[in-house]
Amino acid sequence: MNRLAFLQDDRGGKIFLIILALATVTIPMFNLLVPETSVFHISIYTVTLLGKYLTYALLAVAADLVWGYLGILSLGHGAFFALGGYAMGMYLMLQIGDRGVYGNSELPDFMVFLNLQELPWFWGGFDQFWFAIIMVVAVPGLLAYVFGYLAFRSRVTGVYLSIITQALTYALMLAFFRNEMGFGGANGLTDFKDILGFSLQSDVTRNALFIASAVALALGYLSCRYIVSSRLGLLCVAIRDAETRTRFIGYKVENAKLWIFTFSAMLAGIAGALYVPQVGIINPNEFSPLNSIELIIWVAIGGRATLYGAVIGALLVNYSKTYFTAALPEVWLFALGALFVLVTLYLPKGITGMKKYKAAKA
Amino acid sequence: MKNQNVKNQSTKSKNSVQKFMQRDQVFDFLTPKAAPKLDLSHNVILYLEDISVSFDGFKAINDLNLYIEAGELRCIIGPNGAGKSTMMDIITGKTRPDAGMAWFGQRIDLLELSEAEIAEVGIGRKFQKPTVFEMLSVEQNLELAMAQNKSVWTLLRTKITAEQADHIDEVLQSIGLIELRNDLAGKLSHGQKQWLEIGMLLMQKPQLLLVDEPVAGMTHQEMDRTAELLTSLAGKHSVVVVEHDMDFVRSIAKKVTVLHQGSVLSEGTMDHVQNDQRVIEVYLGE
Repeated sequence: MNRLAFLQDDRGGKIFLIILALATVTIPMFNLLVPETSVFHISIYTVTLLGKYLTYALLAVAADLVWGYLGILSLGHGAFFALGGYAMGMYLMLQIGDRGVYGNSELPDFMVFLNLQELPWFWGGFDQFWFAIIMVVAVPGLLAYVFGYLAFRSRVTGVYLSIITQALTYALMLAFFRNEMGFGGANGLTDFKDILGFSLQSDVTRNALFIASAVALALGYLSCRYIVSSRLGLLCVAIRDAETRTRFIGYKVENAKLWIFTFSAMLAGIAGALYVPQVGIINPNEFSPLNSIELIIWVAIGGRATLYGAVIGALLVNYSKTYFTAALPEVWLFALGALFVLVTLYLPKGITGMKKYKAAKA
Repeated sequence: MKNQNVKNQSTKSKNSVQKFMQRDQVFDFLTPKAAPKLDLSHNVILYLEDISVSFDGFKAINDLNLYIEAGELRCIIGPNGAGKSTMMDIITGKTRPDAGMAWFGQRIDLLELSEAEIAEVGIGRKFQKPTVFEMLSVEQNLELAMAQNKSVWTLLRTKITAEQADHIDEVLQSIGLIELRNDLAGKLSHGQKQWLEIGMLLMQKPQLLLVDEPVAGMTHQEMDRTAELLTSLAGKHSVVVVEHDMDFVRSIAKKVTVLHQGSVLSEGTMDHVQNDQRVIEVYLGE
């Protein structure tokens, strides 16, 4: 228990982890063990939907780590999510084998369609699960490291940094739209059949993916909490509030920013990798700047610098998105905009800040 | 002037080539860069000799000579533009002088060190405007300011040792914020923030403290407390205070230096300085 001492003062986090653990156990049970005729049965559609939300929540936690604690407003975090997703998608693509439309056991369908004779070199190794998993964290991590090295070294901060992260994800989107890139162009990667030999259509696999997402979210949350409650976490807050002062004490601000940013990108990559098998497709639209902005809205609505607030925001906004886009499709964007404006005006600290706000007022 | 610069540069490069050719010595870049230890054998902690700096032709510092003894509390006064802040900038490495020498103890040449290295060898500076980390508690502010290994990985794994905790307690005690240790720094009053800032300097165990206008905007009680604090620091540390407030200077200073137009106008006890005819002229006009 000593190892989890850093959770001691984190009441919200403990509540969140307990709810998450309960959901992880009960939801698959209600799906697999309760007969479909029962009112208590949870459909497989709901399970997968919730699994998708959990990956979004992990992405939001990653964004909150850099925005809430370090003050880096990254408007391109969706790029790391999408890269992780593509790495997983490439593995899933190569698992299709000769079950594709063209029946080519060597090449995925879109490559046959593009008249490619052999697998491009950068697809090498992606038929191995372990290799794909390494790439899921390595590719976003490396991109974040190189990008961060250049940006933080030249002391790009504030709105300028936000703009270039936005440009980063936009450039990647344009690149991935091109067929010549070898990632399936505008259609992306889809038509996945199985993962590690288990069919993606089966209920058991889908429940397993849901549980994997929940576990990843819990571990991601714990590692972020560990960071922010360490002395490095204090340093992050110090950098956020008074960067030059921190530098003057003798801290290498760039290094701290670089490592936290890279770690956050890796978490986003993992989230993307869990997202793709559950939704069954990854395409360049995941790089769209709009997605990254929406992500920031989740964190803002949930409440910055709490970590669990990001989870609440991600779940709440995405649930309402699912609800509104089905019930009142034309209203959704207005609802999202209104939600953002209202939260900024009346709940500047987000939903998790509500309690403190009330206490301060009374 | 320009010619001289070019000449200097060419002799410099010639020298470095010559150094390279000396077979009986290790190459310069191979000798470890570690700053030598502070040597106070002559009981003087800071030497500024013949320092001059000009900005766009304006001589901010002109042949300044200043010596600070170890453990001394020195006040520096002077009208606006006398070069007080520029002098601090030179000591901390923010500004490089055009000419002159600056030594820390007998062995450390400040002109060869970067800002961060100067902080490392033991010179701490408190700026006019206090900047503390408002969203962290008083204690956490001190924890961050502590002299320690500052690499990312160590910071992630490290815990406060008993020795560090004692040091934090000791500093909290001396700056009088021990009861507020768990309060957010943002909630402190202006005076308390100034003390916290001095405390953050003390956490780095500096030998020489440079304190820029510590009592600006303070109430009288706060001023008295600050005077107490600074006098209690002298002895263990050497303290240089730049201040406008004459009452405050009188209450703490044993020795006062008056700067005027970038050089020392007068130096001595407060009484001596106040009766110096030149000082009176500078402060009161002809």
